[in-house]
Amino acid sequence: MSRILAAATAEFRIALRNRWVTIAVLMMALFSLVLAAAGSAPTGDVGVDRLSVTVASLTSLAVYLVPLLALLMSFDAIAGEVERGTLPLVLTYPVSRAELLLGKFTAHLGILALAVIIGYGLAAAAAIATDPRAAAGIPALVRLVWTSLLLGATFIAIGYAISALARRPGAAAGLAILLWLVMIVLYDLGLLAAVVADGGGSFTTDIFPWLLLANPADAFRLFNLAASEATAAAAGIGGAAGTIPAAHSLASIALWPFAALALAITAFHRVTP
Amino acid sequence: MQSLTLSQVTKAFGAVKALAEVSFTVAPGERVALLGHNGAGKSTLMKIVLGLLEADSGAITVLGAAPGSNRARTGTAYLPENVAFHPSLTGLEQIRYYLRLRGESPAEAIDLLERVGLKDATKRRIGTYSKGMRQRVGLAQALIGTPRLLVLDEPTSGLDPVSRRGFYAILEGLAAEGVAILLSSHALTEVEAKTDRIVILRDGRLVADDTLAALRRKAALPIRLQVAARPGSADEVANKLAGGRRNGVVVDLLCRHDDKLARLGDIAALGPMIEDVEILPPSLEDIYSHFSQRPMP
Repeated sequence: MSRILAAATAEFRIALRNRWVTIAVLMMALFSLVLAAAGSAPTGDVGVDRLSVTVASLTSLAVYLVPLLALLMSFDAIAGEVERGTLPLVLTYPVSRAELLLGKFTAHLGILALAVIIGYGLAAAAAIATDPRAAAGIPALVRLVWTSLLLGATFIAIGYAISALARRPGAAAGLAILLWLVMIVLYDLGLLAAVVADGGGSFTTDIFPWLLLANPADAFRLFNLAASEATAAAAGIGGAAGTIPAAHSLASIALWPFAALALAITAFHRVTP
Repeated sequence: MQSLTLSQVTKAFGAVKALAEVSFTVAPGERVALLGHNGAGKSTLMKIVLGLLEADSGAITVLGAAPGSNRARTGTAYLPENVAFHPSLTGLEQIRYYLRLRGESPAEAIDLLERVGLKDATKRRIGTYSKGMRQRVGLAQALIGTPRLLVLDEPTSGLDPVSRRGFYAILEGLAAEGVAILLSSHALTEVEAKTDRIVILRDGRLVADDTLAALRRKAALPIRLQVAARPGSADEVANKLAGGRRNGVVVDLLCRHDDKLARLGDIAALGPMIEDVEILPPSLEDIYSHFSQRPMP
């Protein structure tokens, strides 16, 4: 445990020096504030408090931004050490590869938590300041925070796996962007196209829900929208949220980080320094 | 018990044989120099000892345990060739991190850095360090705790002569405390009088494993006599001594150790034609070349 903490401290310090902490926090804060400003127009009589509306918008934002931030922080973790030549020495220390990786993971997840809490916090503060009923949306906000961290944890670990498999930072960066594009953007487009082509057949009813659950980003969106009263504000895939039990999507987002970490540790073990 | 035992260690990378049946030992308190050209297999051998690479065949025992096992790693310290650190950390932060990884108190970092002469740069980022300074950080981390086996891959590259002397003084102190030391080097001159035994690798094969004095004996290289003739008599001197002319006045002779006195007698007999005689025993480089370049037995 103390070795994991030692690795985490060093990694956090490096991220701080490399401005990664600042960049992550600024990115989340900027996007959250823009969303809050866009959502501050009078909502009329939707019957929903402003914070719940903000949380719904933040959910759509988080699906894109949280995996991106996570991958940006993690793609260099192993490939960078291989390239700098720092890996052989640390691997001769009495510390396991899993411990080293968990140390990095702790630091990166901590940075993501900082960015998420500050970013969402700013948007929430703006909502609460302008709507006295906003307190009703706080449970949804809390849920969004911890599910965002689970989503981030998944992509941080996937980033490590990519980093270990690619061995070179350049290749790892390319793979990370490709993975983000496929899992976050193209996956949904592909599913939508399949659903349209299927025209309500067995694919739509039997296979489609499982494919949604298999993607951690979709599971994240489903869970937050299904649990939120602001489902009305959601569009696209969110419409499917009604048919999939929240327990299923929760299981997906809760299991993914462990699966991804196991994958990352396995990939790291295959790296010969 | 030996601190390090290698027996019949073999390792190939594809068709290239990096190590072929290498066997030797390092005892506690012993300093062993591992010599060989680039690509002779020194770094590969060290990585196998450290458990970073796996040997194809052969047996290795590190402090009584398997290489790479927790017990072996706990007692072994390593200084890689061209040691690298994250440029964003300061020397102090880096050493504190390594101390914590070994379960030692981070407060010892300052002492360690002082010991290797880095006291003034502890709060600067390693990115701003010179190669020699990075090498010292590497040495500082190798001194953490109480290692019982030190594996040092070209530890003095990038160090100036004064720092080298300080470095070998530290090693001498450690060896006196019973630490076994295996260090690699390019040159025999570098490790002369600073190590107890010399192991030479050539194309992955062990070609020598002995003390320097014994290697000198075994090599039995000829002694060179340089005879300076008076102007105008160089040709005659070369003729009479059956030696080769080098330039206008110098005549080169090679002789075996046993013949030295007889040859000197021959030279003295030429009397006034001779201005000076220089006796050159085989240099360390000659001995090293003899072993590292001789054809495979």
